[in-house]
Amino acid sequence: MAAPIDLHEVTEREREERFRTRWRVKACASTACQSAGAGQTIKAIEDAVEAEDMMLEVQVIPTGCMGLCSAGPLVRVLRRGGDKAMYQKVTPETGIKILKSHVLDEETLPEHEIDTEIPFFSSQERVVLANGGVINPDRIESYVAHGGYLALEKALKTMKPKHVLEEIRTSGLRGRGGAGYPTASKWSLLAAAPGETKYIVANGDEGDPGAYMDRTIMEDDPHRLLEGIALAAYATGANQAYIYVRAEYPRAIERLDRAIRVARRNRLLGRKILDTKFDLSVEVRIGAGAFVCGEETALLASIEGRRGIPRLRPPYPTEKGLWGEPTMINNVETLANIAPIINNGGEWFASLGTPKSTGTKVFALAGDITHTGLIEVPMGTKLRDIVEDIGGGVPDGKGFKAAQTGGPSGGCIPAKFLDTPVDYDSLRELGSIMGSGGLIIMNEEVRMPDVAKYFMEFSMDESCGKCTPCRAGTVQMHNLLQRITDGDGTKQDIRDLEHLCSVVRDASLCGLGQAAPNPVMSTLQYFRSEYSALLREEVAHG
Amino acid sequence: MVDRRQTVAVTFDGVDAEGVVGESVLECARRNGVTIPSLCFLEGLSVWGGCRICVVEVAEDHRLRPACATQVVPDMEIKIETPRLRAYRKSILELLFAEGNHVCAVCVSNGKCELQDMAVHCGMDHVRYDYRSPLREIDASHPKYVFDPNRCILCTRCVRVCDEIEGAHVWDVSYRGEQALLVTEMNKPWGESLSCTWCGKCVAVCPTGSLAYQGRAIGEMEHDPVMIKRLAVARSRNEWLYPEESK
Repeated sequence: MAAPIDLHEVTEREREERFRTRWRVKACASTACQSAGAGQTIKAIEDAVEAEDMMLEVQVIPTGCMGLCSAGPLVRVLRRGGDKAMYQKVTPETGIKILKSHVLDEETLPEHEIDTEIPFFSSQERVVLANGGVINPDRIESYVAHGGYLALEKALKTMKPKHVLEEIRTSGLRGRGGAGYPTASKWSLLAAAPGETKYIVANGDEGDPGAYMDRTIMEDDPHRLLEGIALAAYATGANQAYIYVRAEYPRAIERLDRAIRVARRNRLLGRKILDTKFDLSVEVRIGAGAFVCGEETALLASIEGRRGIPRLRPPYPTEKGLWGEPTMINNVETLANIAPIINNGGEWFASLGTPKSTGTKVFALAGDITHTGLIEVPMGTKLRDIVEDIGGGVPDGKGFKAAQTGGPSGGCIPAKFLDTPVDYDSLRELGSIMGSGGLIIMNEEVRMPDVAKYFMEFSMDESCGKCTPCRAGTVQMHNLLQRITDGDGTKQDIRDLEHLCSVVRDASLCGLGQAAPNPVMSTLQYFRSEYSALLREEVAHG
Repeated sequence: MVDRRQTVAVTFDGVDAEGVVGESVLECARRNGVTIPSLCFLEGLSVWGGCRICVVEVAEDHRLRPACATQVVPDMEIKIETPRLRAYRKSILELLFAEGNHVCAVCVSNGKCELQDMAVHCGMDHVRYDYRSPLREIDASHPKYVFDPNRCILCTRCVRVCDEIEGAHVWDVSYRGEQALLVTEMNKPWGESLSCTWCGKCVAVCPTGSLAYQGRAIGEMEHDPVMIKRLAVARSRNEWLYPEESK
């Protein structure tokens, strides 16, 4: 058995490496920037470094997501011990120009530069995404040099499992998958469960349209997730963990597989982790393309190799989960919060956000907004601050109409509630949910019944078909919405729609069905006049 | 004989009843002569909880729970015949009638159909929703039985009985949502199935005319779901075994 990694030595070595060259070019290589051509840009810069014989002067580092995805590909240039500059929409040609102007002329290239003092960057509070745009996700050394695995070392060598759990309880962390169940309560259920065999599952089946928080964590900081899983396993007494990733995230799967192999080699996973008595095996399990598999009991069925349909609860997974053994399912973002909590203490975490919703939340900001991308803000940040400051407002001089949170399970929040703090309880009061972090901004031209129809179509397509209200109810709701948006609806159709909303919400088996009416109910609540305006003139039959 | 099992007091729509710890609300209601409408549940098979006809309201939080899968607890106040639940049951039945092709007048089970009986019981007199009129192919390839998916309500009784009682697992659900469909083996015609034992238990438990004997005319098909309960009970008592097996 090889000796475990020496975290402090690696950190030291990495620091030397970092200051080896005068310039470091960090180029975002995350999926969003890749689709904007980051691959070619990075290649061009690397080739130029070689052609111009700058290898001793410059190192090019591919990194994870820097956040402002709409301006990609993003590139940062850092000078040893000094100033840095960030550039947007960097084509291969621009990339070479930036490189030359920095290294040869010692000057920035203002026409492509982004001001990093704009609220998009300065108003964020990055905990989960702290390593985004900083580390090279493919190198464990890069993660270690930024404090990686210190929390695991600290926990294994100086804390008892119950102390780890206590720290999480102090932090007030709540599940980031959407429902906001207190993480420590879930952990203690698993810790208290009898038996030797226990499982931990990281839920990376991120299915909301437009949401990519978990993908970014898994792709850009895979070791952060592994460290969180290891800490959770240590605190609860589990020795086997699965990461359930949807098949649509091939890069995340590849990166995680690789990270697991490297972590094993360095004795951060596997047997006798860091020479302690703690063993943990982690494996990746791949979904088969069903939204419902994000629901925990369907997810478990899918991991077991069965059809991904939910089952009745109780028994809850912490009593009877994978293969009948106690199992705990945590969202990827939840687990990504664990290492910082152990490093900085639960009280530090609880000081972020609001008393009932502590910490930060990552949102995928999308839709009619100037800056789209991935943001992280403290819980309780006003929606207005997110939309107007960080997001830069609605473009083209149009007015803000609504913000949609929680994807097909969430609701639309109208302009009059822009000053609502974004936390679990305030959003629920407005008829929406926090959800996993999709945040879609809509301008005044959007017809809300269309939005409701879009999400209903999604839920209808993704219903597993097990229970009647969800299987047949979503079909009929979609049918009614189609008729209304076509201008053929009647008042009776709206009444039928509302009745179906409550049937499907109250009588469905799992969260998918129970939440499917939310987009309809919230748009009916806040934008009812838009529905009425679409109705067909009813002719009195004489 | 004294019943040593622990009993609890519950009420159904305000009427006192006695429940036994560990039993479901539905079982408890049936033992006490209280009717809770249900479809997918069948005594002797595992609980599915999919049809949602049997949802009841529990007073403590007004949340709806499926009676078939909820255990009785002391002082449980169970509501069955509230205006809300009546309306919901009707809606769920209407959804079932609208999603398939349930034409009683030409059905082999007309007059002997659990879905039809349920509609009568719940007072469903019309369907508000648009009929989906799906195109589903009838599988008459089996020499003894016919499967008409147009009349199927996806209660999965046949899936469960074939898997749990017969042990053949010929049936399963394929596709999802509105397209969900029962299939035999790997979606091959039933008649080509190698695993089917021709036992007919799936036909016996079908609540509608979806599974029937070949050659039955309108209203001639009678199912025998109670047979499964007899089988399950006999098995739990180790009846019909050779003496050396029944230890």
